[in-house]
Amino acid sequence: MNTSWYIVLSSLLFATGAVGILIRRSPMVILLCLELMLNAGNLALVAFSRMVGNQQGQVFALVVMVIAACEVVVGLGLIVAIFRRKLPLNVDDLRELRG
Amino acid sequence: MEAVLFFLAAIGALGGAIGVIAMRNPFYSVLALIAHLFSLAVLFLLLTAAFVAAAQVVVYAGAVMVLYVFVVAYVGAGESAWEPIPGQRLLAPLLGIAIFVELTIAIASSALRALSTHGPEVGAGFGNPAAIGRLLLEKFLLPFEATSILLLLAAVGAIVLANRKRVGGATADAGRGMDGTPSEHSAKRSEGVPSIP
Amino acid sequence: MSATSWAWLVLLLPLLGSLFIALGFRVLPAKVAGAIGTAAIGLAFLCGIGALLCLLGESPDARHHASSLWDYASAAGLDIKLGVYVDPLSVFMVLVVTGVSTLIHLYSYGYMQSDEGYHRFFSYLNFFVFSMLLLVLAGNFVLLIVGWAFVGFASYALISFWYRRATATRAGMKAFVINVVGDIGLTLAAFLIFRELGTFEYGEVFAKAPHVFHTNEWSVTAICLLLLVGAFAKSAQLPFHTWLPDAMEGPTPVSSLIHAATMVTAGVYLIARTHVLFVLAPTAADIAAFVGLATLLVAGTIALVMTDLKRAIAYSTMSQIGYMIMGVSIGAYSAGLFHLMTHAFFKALLFMAAGSIIAAMANEQNIDKMSGFGKAMRFTSFTMLCGGLALAAFPGTSGFFSKDEILAYASARGGMYEIFTVLGYFGALLTAIYTFRLIFRVLPGRPCAEAEELIETGHVHHAHPFNPATGEEEDTDVGFPGSEHHIAEQSWPMRAAMGVLAFLALFAGLVQVPGLDETITKFLDPVFADSPLAAIHPSVGASWAGLAIGAAISLSGIGIAYWLYMVRPEAPGALERRLRPLHTFLANKWYFDELIELLVVRPALAVGRFANDTFERFVVDGLITGTAGTVRGAGGVVRAVQNGFVRSYALLLIAGFAGLALYFLLSSS
Repeated sequence: MNTSWYIVLSSLLFATGAVGILIRRSPMVILLCLELMLNAGNLALVAFSRMVGNQQGQVFALVVMVIAACEVVVGLGLIVAIFRRKLPLNVDDLRELRG
Repeated sequence: MEAVLFFLAAIGALGGAIGVIAMRNPFYSVLALIAHLFSLAVLFLLLTAAFVAAAQVVVYAGAVMVLYVFVVAYVGAGESAWEPIPGQRLLAPLLGIAIFVELTIAIASSALRALSTHGPEVGAGFGNPAAIGRLLLEKFLLPFEATSILLLLAAVGAIVLANRKRVGGATADAGRGMDGTPSEHSAKRSEGVPSIP
Repeated sequence: MSATSWAWLVLLLPLLGSLFIALGFRVLPAKVAGAIGTAAIGLAFLCGIGALLCLLGESPDARHHASSLWDYASAAGLDIKLGVYVDPLSVFMVLVVTGVSTLIHLYSYGYMQSDEGYHRFFSYLNFFVFSMLLLVLAGNFVLLIVGWAFVGFASYALISFWYRRATATRAGMKAFVINVVGDIGLTLAAFLIFRELGTFEYGEVFAKAPHVFHTNEWSVTAICLLLLVGAFAKSAQLPFHTWLPDAMEGPTPVSSLIHAATMVTAGVYLIARTHVLFVLAPTAADIAAFVGLATLLVAGTIALVMTDLKRAIAYSTMSQIGYMIMGVSIGAYSAGLFHLMTHAFFKALLFMAAGSIIAAMANEQNIDKMSGFGKAMRFTSFTMLCGGLALAAFPGTSGFFSKDEILAYASARGGMYEIFTVLGYFGALLTAIYTFRLIFRVLPGRPCAEAEELIETGHVHHAHPFNPATGEEEDTDVGFPGSEHHIAEQSWPMRAAMGVLAFLALFAGLVQVPGLDETITKFLDPVFADSPLAAIHPSVGASWAGLAIGAAISLSGIGIAYWLYMVRPEAPGALERRLRPLHTFLANKWYFDELIELLVVRPALAVGRFANDTFERFVVDGLITGTAGTVRGAGGVVRAVQNGFVRSYALLLIAGFAGLALYFLLSSS
């Protein structure tokens, strides 16, 4: 299994995540799809790191993981706050920031 | 052997991904993502990234997903599966396919000859915690410290976001007693504050 | 003092008078203002005499001087100066203008008393004289146009002098608009002259023209035709004549000065001044002569049926100017200008007398209501008779010698020009008839009510002021003469002015008796020496034969009028009833006003309406609001991107990424 397989898989997962963001309405699930895209990126990073032969890609992947965790924390905190205010958990109804 | 493992893990990852976007109940989506993450860990192992695989399982599938589970339990579930914006009903899948196709073509016609190889021979310690740790503390010290600060920020931010009230310094959660009944002074405080904080 | 210095003084004095009166109108008492105005013109007349004496002291060939004070513009081939040109023609005109103006100022001193706008009147009148003198003394075409335009403005200001009268302001506007049409012609002619000859100065233009133009070349014909447009508009010739009868809305001194003696003769002066060009374009000169002839006859026929006293005299003016235009166009330069001079005298006099009678009638101008003033106002009647005799060319009067000299010249030129002689005599017959129609209607007979009042009490009839044309009440605050009217018998300045003019009307012709003394011709000879037409002289015998025919016609005309209005007073009524269609046609002034309304006014109004309703609303406003609307629409389209849906933003992101990737893939393959 050469590297290109991993990369193809990674792009497929990335595309899946993108489609998921566009078609789901709940912010929860959209965040999950964001996780999908981030992990696809991680996979690509690690595959390239193996291809090149040094471990810098893996370190990068670790940092990405940390950032994903932070983002999840903040995103979920937002969702909780929205839920607490009894606003609909529906990305289409939360649209006051518009021109 | 490696090919079999690869395909199994790949199918697992793909299945999990499709499960995330297709499941009706958000809880099932979370579970699907957990399965996806495990499959990815296997793929990392195949790529001799042992520490990353472990971190994936422990941190990502272990901590982050647990957080998700908690929030889904709190918030609740119940919605239909696919509801794109009416104007984008067709456009979304098309764009997804377009991205996939473009990336694939980009990879396939890339001039990187190394893509068709396994990669160089690496020693036994490639990807193990010691090597990663040395890199983190020697070469990538600054990103390491920056990410720790980022974590701190995220934690503080989450607390601030999820806070119920902003009046004074006490929160409503602090005003509740251990058994969950409101104590005297929090009741007094909560009277003068409007219901939407 | 050289002739040009006198000329500058002549220009300066009326201007100073006008400014002085205008600026000091609050502090100057009325009589002082009137005295200053009259004195300014009187002094200008004396300076004109000074210029004349200077000229006479030189040999005839040297009697032309140009002098300029400063340059207006000298760049890019243009060289326009503030310059005067002093030669016998301009000095002649200066003397006529200032002389008659002085007398009219004197007349106004008495006539316009008790008018609220007394100061304004004298200021405007002085300004008018200044403009007319500027026109006459100008040394280049640009300054001529300036004087021309100023004269038009002064005419407008004076016609609408009683500006609360709707009819007066309308008449002023009509006069101004028609004059502007003439100004356009004159300006275009000046442009053409500059284009062909490269200069505006009189001396250079007239020296170069014979060498640059061939006879009847299109350019010189065009120049002359455009000059004629200007001349006809200013001199009230067909078809630009409709403003002159309406201009009688102004006070009588205005009618007398501007619309009889001076402004309307500016066209004659113009043709005489540019005679060099007209010699080179005989077609244009013939057109001018025919227009003059046509005006002569048309105006004469209309004057036969006019019942408004001042308007009848106005049509008579139009007719006489037709004679003058005819004269200077066919080459009878000095004859035409001599007629200009004598006409100034007797026409101004007629207007003054008419003003006196109208004042006695408390501003009623309809001759049907007048009769018997011969007994009530002796002095006025006497002067009116003098003027009438001169106008009708009674033998021995000034008009007799001047009018017939033109006709004698026409027959001396022979060929086609015999028509002018024949029809000119017919016109003279008409002149005599209509002049004495007026005199026999107004002066003899049983006195009308106002005349009775005058005879018995010696007071002028007092009437509530109202506009006879519209019947609306007059506004006496701004200067309508109010309840006081002034007649010659009670005002010495009026008597003085009219007396001098009566003398001149009767005896001024003696300076130009054929065969005896031809002072005018000899004086003006150097100016016209370069025209081959001036060499044609009717022989003394032919002149006297012409004079005899003229005398016969004049006497027969007076006789016919006498028969119609004194012997058989019912005859005119019967004649009118018999020839009713003809009478209506003439009384409606040959329907010229209606024709111009149809051809010019209505299309102009339609264009204006179209511009306002359609063009302005759709094109101009549409352009502006359309631009605003387009911008707003575009903004709306762009704003639709910001719809607040997170997923549509995500879509844009992903679509952008896909697009970029596609671009890079395609560009690298």
